[in-house]
Amino acid sequence: MKHPFWRCGVFVAALLPPPYWLYQAWTFALGPDPGKVLLERLGQGSLVLLLLTLCLTPLQRATHWSGWALVRRQLGLWCFAYACLHLSVYLLVVLGLDFALLGDELRKRPYILVGALAWCSLLPLALTSNRFSMRRLGRRWKQLHRLAYAALGLGLLHMLWIVRSDLGQWTLYGVWALLLLALRLPGVGRRLGRGRAAS
Amino acid sequence: MLIQIPPRSHCPSSEITPESVYLSRRRFLGVAGTALGAAALPAWALADDAPRYPGVEPGRPPAWFAQKLPDTRWQAVEAPGEAITPYRDASHYNNFYEFGPDKGDPAANAGQLPTEPWTVRIDGEVGKPGQYALEDLIRPHALEERIYRLRCVEAWSMVIPWLGLPLADLLTRVEPTGKARYVAFETLVDPEHMPGQRSHFALLDWPYREGLRIDEAMHPLTLLAVGMYGRVLPNQNGAPLRLVVPWKYGFKSIKSIVRISLTEQQPYATWNRRAPGEYGFYANVNPGVDHPRWTQKRERRLPSSLFSPNLRDTLPFNGYAEEVAGLYAGMDLTRDY
Repeated sequence: MKHPFWRCGVFVAALLPPPYWLYQAWTFALGPDPGKVLLERLGQGSLVLLLLTLCLTPLQRATHWSGWALVRRQLGLWCFAYACLHLSVYLLVVLGLDFALLGDELRKRPYILVGALAWCSLLPLALTSNRFSMRRLGRRWKQLHRLAYAALGLGLLHMLWIVRSDLGQWTLYGVWALLLLALRLPGVGRRLGRGRAAS
Repeated sequence: MLIQIPPRSHCPSSEITPESVYLSRRRFLGVAGTALGAAALPAWALADDAPRYPGVEPGRPPAWFAQKLPDTRWQAVEAPGEAITPYRDASHYNNFYEFGPDKGDPAANAGQLPTEPWTVRIDGEVGKPGQYALEDLIRPHALEERIYRLRCVEAWSMVIPWLGLPLADLLTRVEPTGKARYVAFETLVDPEHMPGQRSHFALLDWPYREGLRIDEAMHPLTLLAVGMYGRVLPNQNGAPLRLVVPWKYGFKSIKSIVRISLTEQQPYATWNRRAPGEYGFYANVNPGVDHPRWTQKRERRLPSSLFSPNLRDTLPFNGYAEEVAGLYAGMDLTRDY
């Protein structure tokens, strides 16, 4: 295995925050409404992990270090894991496991629907993240995994809809996402590629 | 359908003491014994800095506030069957966007706000307009403690013992004219001490403003608070003067008031103007009208914990329907939410 320390480091760094937050909730360090805090941290964590995943290809092009691509599947799966935890905390804390209410919420509240769609677009990516599926799907695998961009857009919209009074944090993620998309424009991408040829 | 009209002397089932409470009388007797012992102590033994509630930081009360405490009517309004939210939670989980968007920001950032001396401008349709020093406004009134439920529009709630005076008493003193139909309130603008007012990403425009219809303002439940938990208001809770309207969503209870105007027209209300589809001018607590983005049928009573979120049903008018529903007779509250 190439770069084992790097890969293990990324694994541990992504693994640790949720148990640490749970521990904080346990010791009342998250304040009187720990469920809500946990919900927000997991949601934003998932978004950040998706943004990080999408950083890897441009980073690889720019630096030619093979380590970036090695953690891409891992980070993508972590993004999905955080999204699943986010969903579970929502079901537990906001709905109190009242599933009849879930249908009601999905019907009435577009941001819940958009969040659910974002989760649904991550699901096939997680399911086909293994080598067998990659071989099986061939060229279509890459097309399918463009769903990551849909998940990013839906996730950002989902968050924008919940912001009540201050857009600071959201703007940060939004600008980050725009930069990543700009790097994928054909002209920009070629320039990054040319950088490699010249060096 | 059988319609039962109980005689007035009948005790409604809602007032029947739950068995658990009845059984806890032994514990109560123990506590009462201690309290009796405490009451027998001379007044000086109960120094001002002995907190009336556990975990309360004493704060630095101005002289006028400390002088008011001996005459205060403690527990003038109680919340039967409700557990008071711990002071730490009520003072560290706040929406006060002038100090930042997160719940912890007000407690972290409000400490430097100068609240003494404090002037309140009273103007509009009143016989005695003017700039009043806060202590002059409060001096003629005895403070009372009122334990109210607080229901935030974000679907969480607390139970808080406020110290203050009925807004009606103060308004009567400044003599509203016959034209006064509404009361408008304004929060301080002080970007130097209020970082939220310096943010370029804030969606609210300052000053924060709120308003009540005059009959709502004159209702005996409507309180002007200067303290909570037996002490002066912490800055993050709206020191030195805030409104408390217990049957409305929390955002109506405007903080750090510098101006009270009596007006003929319905006044500007910040959240209402920001998103009229989400926040009505009345903003009465109403489980029948959802916020477009979340349900108002239930609330999380804080402190909640991860595995028991402490969800409970939200009551119409936050449980104060008996007192205030009459104010809205004939109105369609799904339209005038």
